Amino acid sequence: MTSARVHTFVPAEMPARSADQWRSAVLDVVLAGGRVVTLFGRPDDSANGVVVTAALETVAHELVVLRGSVDRARGYHALTAEHPAFHCFERELHEQHAVRIAGHPWLKPIRFESGDRAQRDAYPFYEIKGKEVHEVAVGPIHAGVIEPGSFRFMCLGEQVHHLEIHLGYQHRGVEALLLARDPRTLAPLVETIAGDSTIAHTWAYAAAVEALADVELADEIDVARAVMLELERVAMHLSGLAGLAADVGFLQGASTYGRLRTTAINTSMRLCGSRFGRGAIRPAGLGARLEDRPDLASTAGAAITTTDLRRNLELLTEDVAIINECFLTARTVQHRLQGVGVVGAPLAREIGLVGLVARASGVEHDLRSSGGGVYDRHPLETCVERDGDCWARAHVRVREIDRSLAWIGGVVDTCPKWTRARGAVGALAADRLVIARTEGWRGEVVHALETDRNGDLLHYKVQDPSLRNWLGLALAVRDNDISDFPICNKSFDLSYCGNDL
Amino acid sequence: MFKSLRVRASQGTQYITDLRKAVPLGFRGRPRISAAPCHEDCDACVKSCPTHAVALDPVRIDLGKCVFCAECVEACPADKIAFTSETRMGGAARESLTVVEGQERIDPVETSAKLRSMFGRSLRLRQVSAGGCNGCELELNAVANVNFDVQRFGIDWVASPRHADALVLSGPLTKNMAEAVRLAWEAMPDPRFVIAFGACTISGGLYQDAAALDRTFLNEVGPALYVPGCPPHPLTFVSAILDLLGIRAS
Repeated sequence: MTSARVHTFVPAEMPARSADQWRSAVLDVVLAGGRVVTLFGRPDDSANGVVVTAALETVAHELVVLRGSVDRARGYHALTAEHPAFHCFERELHEQHAVRIAGHPWLKPIRFESGDRAQRDAYPFYEIKGKEVHEVAVGPIHAGVIEPGSFRFMCLGEQVHHLEIHLGYQHRGVEALLLARDPRTLAPLVETIAGDSTIAHTWAYAAAVEALADVELADEIDVARAVMLELERVAMHLSGLAGLAADVGFLQGASTYGRLRTTAINTSMRLCGSRFGRGAIRPAGLGARLEDRPDLASTAGAAITTTDLRRNLELLTEDVAIINECFLTARTVQHRLQGVGVVGAPLAREIGLVGLVARASGVEHDLRSSGGGVYDRHPLETCVERDGDCWARAHVRVREIDRSLAWIGGVVDTCPKWTRARGAVGALAADRLVIARTEGWRGEVVHALETDRNGDLLHYKVQDPSLRNWLGLALAVRDNDISDFPICNKSFDLSYCGNDL
Repeated sequence: MFKSLRVRASQGTQYITDLRKAVPLGFRGRPRISAAPCHEDCDACVKSCPTHAVALDPVRIDLGKCVFCAECVEACPADKIAFTSETRMGGAARESLTVVEGQERIDPVETSAKLRSMFGRSLRLRQVSAGGCNGCELELNAVANVNFDVQRFGIDWVASPRHADALVLSGPLTKNMAEAVRLAWEAMPDPRFVIAFGACTISGGLYQDAAALDRTFLNEVGPALYVPGCPPHPLTFVSAILDLLGIRAS
């Protein structure tokens, strides 16, 4: 049993579609109100063919997968023109497989994978011409200890007309490396796809491998993963709030949310040895340990007890409430965050935002709300805000921290003892496509694995929610003061390496 | 005002008084390899390692490559390898990062008299991530938080490389960042040095076989300090830099 969302398909049994048939089948689903989950390509056996796969969620929340064959040179007509949420997937398809996508408004490379500096430097940024318009270029190195990315603003005075985001600096070639080793031993690499979302990515990976190897997972392991995922969410939401507080000059918030994050990540460290959940998840295994004991673990090396864990949860719950009260009622904070960086619900749906950013814009979507497994036994109410501004994104974090802390407490009450385990993972089933998803703290993490007729890995597609949400940031800062960009950026808190892979 | 005082009261004292003596409970840190004999013809630990950090005869782990996944512990039938919560792992020389079987002693990072005289009372750091996964970046941010509070030693982050004495690199050095890393280094005034933070920067780590890297900068400008980990614990960084500069604790 896994509480991650896992769907297995047999590609050989799927109808073979031409590019045009595939395109219209995909459009039928989204025009009926469906949602794109992922879309990607891989080379087929011929010289010019690309197999394209679209995974879509229907209005009835059913996951359908549509496959088609596209000739690179002939290509197909862009889906983005009809439904902008496809923009990043088609850009990636064009960059990775040179598929001609006619009528796409903006085939900018997602990550300049070739590493060709001339190509990157020659890229023509969108320009607004006019005597009063000026450009501001920022990055790739920013004025802080953060990942690199480049931003080009077109401004009229202080006001941003347009922001173009230029990424790829973090491209390490993750997807190629994922095919270089035994697919059952990829966990350490998967843990670093986005090191702040280790649990979300590694859980999706492990669930996919377990589905392919037909592993029956102990309930205890599944519950422990779900708890680790919420701890990761609490820690990173606290980190996000600390960053927002720092960026509006509210230093007490910055230091207090920051030290509370220390408590959250140190709890993770006591459970699995790493402040980032490294080692906690292995296919068919659990690298975290919790003792069901009434006393506190006192000696070094002793496993954390449920009493330790509850004490940390209580400390967090109490102290977070105290700083929330101080932070959220401060007029300076309200003034800087409210009405800034607005993304409304229609726009959020149109461009396919996911996760906490989408929920802050009134889109009620959370994989945990109907995830099954532990989420059935312990429901997690979805936190939705309406305004879509920086304040709403802060507020979703505040509410999700409270909810996750309470949820962890409830779950641990029913599953108070975790033992380290390492189950055997047999051969992977041949000719299968597995799509595994988790709701990471940023949003929907998607891992799609396909095996060939020998059960070897044919293709591994990784999707961090940041891939879809970066455009949201670009649109959020339009008509805002350029000085508000840092808080807009922090309120989205997207991953560069998760996008760049 | 009252709310602010309540926060202050709930906060208490957060800073760690003696950073060199602090032991993070449960942390999977410096490995210890016992001198117990290996099983005959066994190389399970070598095979299990995703970064080729483990070597045999004698059994040893290169902390510059190790990502502390503990797969070797799982693999070893003789239970020779254990990871301890010890954070002291830094080194001024690449060769000093190897842990050998039977070795119990932990040598501090060798103090550089030259760096001590220049930066012992004030050191400004500029961080550049070149393919880092945000694990290293978060831990580097943490060294300046209220717990580790590295500013007490006159060490702090600066925004501009022009103001920096040391370049702290994280990530395996991607091709797409090669130019930016060089520009940052060239913008720094002499005297200056490089700190390699984390397995990715030191050796390429999990990405050592990736095609999208360009590590020529590191080959040309050798780091003066190596900080192992994946990501390194803030304490690993702090104790290494205090040792290097000969700064006494507290």
